Amino acid sequence: MAVPMSNVDEIRDRVILGEFGVKNVHSTNFPGNYPGYDDTWDLGKFKKNFRLDVVHMDENTLEFDMVGIDAAIANAFRRILLAEVPTMAVEKVFIYNNTSIIQDEILAHRLGLVPIKADPRLFEYRNTGDEEGTEIDTIHLQLKIKCTRNPRASKDASDPKELYLNHMVYSRDMKWVPIGNQADVFADANIGPVHGDILLAQLRPGQELDIVMHCVKGIGKDHAKFSPVATASYRLLPEITLLKTIEGEKAERLKRCFSPGVIELEDVDGKQVAKVVNSRLDTCSREVLRHDDLKSLVKLGRVRDHFLFSVESTGILPPDVLFSEAVNVLIAKCQKFLTELDSVNEME
Amino acid sequence: MAGTDTEKKPVLEMVQADGADEGCVTFVLHEEDHTLGNSLRYMITKNPEVEFCGYSITHPSESKINFRIQTRGGLPATEPLRKGLNELTDVCKHVLHTFEAQVKDFREQQGEAME
Repeated sequence: MAVPMSNVDEIRDRVILGEFGVKNVHSTNFPGNYPGYDDTWDLGKFKKNFRLDVVHMDENTLEFDMVGIDAAIANAFRRILLAEVPTMAVEKVFIYNNTSIIQDEILAHRLGLVPIKADPRLFEYRNTGDEEGTEIDTIHLQLKIKCTRNPRASKDASDPKELYLNHMVYSRDMKWVPIGNQADVFADANIGPVHGDILLAQLRPGQELDIVMHCVKGIGKDHAKFSPVATASYRLLPEITLLKTIEGEKAERLKRCFSPGVIELEDVDGKQVAKVVNSRLDTCSREVLRHDDLKSLVKLGRVRDHFLFSVESTGILPPDVLFSEAVNVLIAKCQKFLTELDSVNEME
Repeated sequence: MAGTDTEKKPVLEMVQADGADEGCVTFVLHEEDHTLGNSLRYMITKNPEVEFCGYSITHPSESKINFRIQTRGGLPATEPLRKGLNELTDVCKHVLHTFEAQVKDFREQQGEAME
């Protein structure tokens, strides 16, 4: 059983999941709100309490715990990941020929959504009004493909795969055309679609596509195709407190109210006693509150400043680079307004 | 005031009611939303010299926020704003350093586990 918390500490540090609603949702730890607490901002205190642990990381996903920070700032990081970390994406599509049944505008939209593997940090934003673009702000891709009959198909074949050549157009058919010095600068970068197996269109013999695409740098705020993450989210660490010893049939039922692995039964003097083993696995379904005899025995809550962060990259940049970039974007925002504030003061 | 020239887009404007002292100011932050608005509001509300701090998004189709600061004892409202921006930068820097150190540690541990 957990160490009991004082009422005030509970209001400050926990979100309570009740039967008919959620209590203490907002942060209230501001100066003047609680007698006896010093809630003035203190960087030293923040540094002492702040903790960050990487839980899982691979090529495209990252999970970490961020502890000791307010939701306002954690949410800023999440929002920036979704909408303000730049990537390169197809922006202009020049269709020289499209005799497939998929309409030009639908095809153009599909091409826009294909993630393009190119490091956005090595490119500049294109100036507004600039229609041409240069080697520092544009990547050219070409999609030129024509469907034909397969001369080697057997006579009684009915499978399109055997009958036709090039009848499925995949993202791997988008070929990078270096402009200016790009062939030298990005010789090892292997610019092109992240995934080669995205189906773009289907063709029949005689149909063809002849398309040139211009990729530019942009942010998710402008269009979702620029978003560098498949998803970026966080949830608060669940906390389950057993207020009384629960044993026997009740314990078994309690265990089944939570996700597997949250509650386990322990053998104490021949009796099966329920114990909270791993509360972070819980989905906070609140199923236990539907059992009249169990609901008074448990307290469900979430730790207000413990964020379980998850970042899934689209594959353009590794997820840890994305998070670092997101933090840098917030720093840049602050700096922008600080310099602006200085120039306002100078003028007055 | 910043952004009065027609060529450059305004970034920051200061709006004050007639007769109000410089402790009660609404800052208009252009091209910003909840991302900076809420995190900055949190940092500034943590300042005991600030009586009130809040922000609103004027309209969903306008990309600007009205950021209101009222201070105690006649302190100019630009001071808590500047302090808040500096503190938010410090927080971000600390998060960034901790994050990069932890990622490096995690990689090293994984490398060891592979061997």
